[in-house]
Amino acid sequence: MKVFLSIDAAAKAVGSEDVAEALTAEAARRGLELDLIRVGSRGMVWLEPLAEVEIDGVRHAFGPVRVEDVPALLDGTLAGHGPTEEIPFFAGQTRLTFARCGVIDPLDLTAFEALGGLTGLRAAIAAPGDVVETVKASGLRGRGGAGFPTGIKWQTVAGAKADRKYIVCNADEGDSGTFADRMIIEGDPFSLIEGMAIAGIGVGATKGYVYMRSEYPDATATLERAVAIARAAGVLGDGVLGSGHAFDIEVRVGAGAYVCGEETSLLNSLEGKRGEVRPKPPLPALEGLFGKPTVVNNVISLATVPVIFEKGAEHYADFGLGRSRGTIPLQIAGNVKYGGLYEIAFGLPLGEIVNGIGGGTRSGRPVKAVQVGGPLGAYFPVSGFDTPFGYEEFDGAGGLIGHAGLVVFDDSADMLELARFAMEFCAVESCGKCTPCRIGSVRGVETLERIAAGDAGATALLTDLCETMELGSLCALGGFTPYPVMSAIRHFPDEFTGQREAAE
Amino acid sequence: MADTAPEPNAETLADLIEAQRHLEGPLLPILHTIHEAYGHIPDTAPALIADRLNIGRAEVHGVISFYHDFRRLPAGRHVVKICRSEACQSVGGAALSEAVLAKLGIGWGETTANGAVTVEPVYCLGLCASGPAAMVDGKVIGMLDTDRFDRVLAELGA
Repeated sequence: MKVFLSIDAAAKAVGSEDVAEALTAEAARRGLELDLIRVGSRGMVWLEPLAEVEIDGVRHAFGPVRVEDVPALLDGTLAGHGPTEEIPFFAGQTRLTFARCGVIDPLDLTAFEALGGLTGLRAAIAAPGDVVETVKASGLRGRGGAGFPTGIKWQTVAGAKADRKYIVCNADEGDSGTFADRMIIEGDPFSLIEGMAIAGIGVGATKGYVYMRSEYPDATATLERAVAIARAAGVLGDGVLGSGHAFDIEVRVGAGAYVCGEETSLLNSLEGKRGEVRPKPPLPALEGLFGKPTVVNNVISLATVPVIFEKGAEHYADFGLGRSRGTIPLQIAGNVKYGGLYEIAFGLPLGEIVNGIGGGTRSGRPVKAVQVGGPLGAYFPVSGFDTPFGYEEFDGAGGLIGHAGLVVFDDSADMLELARFAMEFCAVESCGKCTPCRIGSVRGVETLERIAAGDAGATALLTDLCETMELGSLCALGGFTPYPVMSAIRHFPDEFTGQREAAE
Repeated sequence: MADTAPEPNAETLADLIEAQRHLEGPLLPILHTIHEAYGHIPDTAPALIADRLNIGRAEVHGVISFYHDFRRLPAGRHVVKICRSEACQSVGGAALSEAVLAKLGIGWGETTANGAVTVEPVYCLGLCASGPAAMVDGKVIGMLDTDRFDRVLAELGA
């Protein structure tokens, strides 16, 4: 009997390891030959721990599976959800970046190759001079949030003259509501390794670093093992896949600073310094890690590169909306009924994502607001639900898509408290380099507390402060903290009138 | 972790530093190694690190104090990190952490009187569709409520 069971942190968090143990024990007790394959997550987090049983070559989904469900699962009497890939949440997706995630054993290089893995890398080795053009033609933009065209960044690094260049993968996924980086690293780490190797060949870099967050010990362990396997198999090393290109990867772990997700702060941290933001210019593409030309890309940007080379730039660019090409792994999170990762072409309206796919709130109460793009993203009210999911479209609506995380709140959400929290978070995480962020965030907390205490007049002061932070901060932490604050004020003005305390 | 940690001595520290010194930008890996060995960064470490890396003590101190992960004092036997981020707030995370801290009679970053548990805030564990979430000694737990959290704390001897 062949059973696939998720090993993703989101499955472990709700008991998958106990289920694995129970499955093995129960099968042994029955003398049943059990082929238990641990896989990444299919992204349907509300079904975790998700077990899949292969019936006539088709994987059928069961979940959430509890330890007490194990005998029935083995008997074939447990109620399930039918074929996994026919579940509407899964069937509606276009899985390019996440095509293998949840399907294969994350550390099985043979299975990776059998499903298209390394095809892109071989294509890049065959025509290294075309790598940058292919990425440009795909229209891929930075999935970390900034949305900068990946190919242009690579072109700058490729054109820079230096004795040493670096590929740095930003895996410091600190935004609340996002888990795509974690999921792909835990579910298909070779795709990231392959993407980094292609980048290295394309720009002439021989060393790559992955900067992991310390909050992701499971992902770090998986990636370290994957790098060792890739090295042993000749995917990494002095001659990548037997070619004349050298490329190797080292995994580094951060130390709990949110701001290190900002690229220049990350570079300082990798160099062993305080994670303070550097002014730009110089661009990291010209003077990055240790002063050398450096590609800094998000995990999803890099993990998407292999499929672009496997299927062609045009195939990828055919998906999407306007200048947002390709697919985006939406992370539907917070107070939502069907939470998880949903990869689809850009362009879906926000309301369709929250209600159509996410099924509304987990609590069953009405949706009040959705924060899109992490702690620096704007709160969207239901009236903004027609906004199509794309970089420019969200920018035009006073928000940002960030790393494509969506946090749903029901009608019990306290918008003033959420605005205060945004400022408090900025104060806790500010690197201290620039004044608008360092001082502004502290003053922002105080001003919001004044409003909560009944001083409605302080709203004008807060608006002014937010403008200073937005225009005067060195990076997105201080610069974008006004997004959640001002969007909350704009869309829910009644909660900032200072009437609350007076009424109590 | 504090129970089993060896007493920091100059020789062991020097070995830990030396093991990572060949890396490019070795300071964070060195600090992680020391932190893992002792559960905190002992007071004697910064001067030794500064000496070995040929940088100022102030610089080492600056790096240690910048990052939330590096403790200057030993933690309790178990470390519980509770997520305070928006996704967990949307499903009652704030009330849950308040209840946990009240039950233990401590604040953020503090250790229970019996030395069993230190509670620290964490800003996102990437379990945003299965919140409220926490991490206990490096192991993730999701879909928490007060009952489940009480059982976890009881197991830890809090």
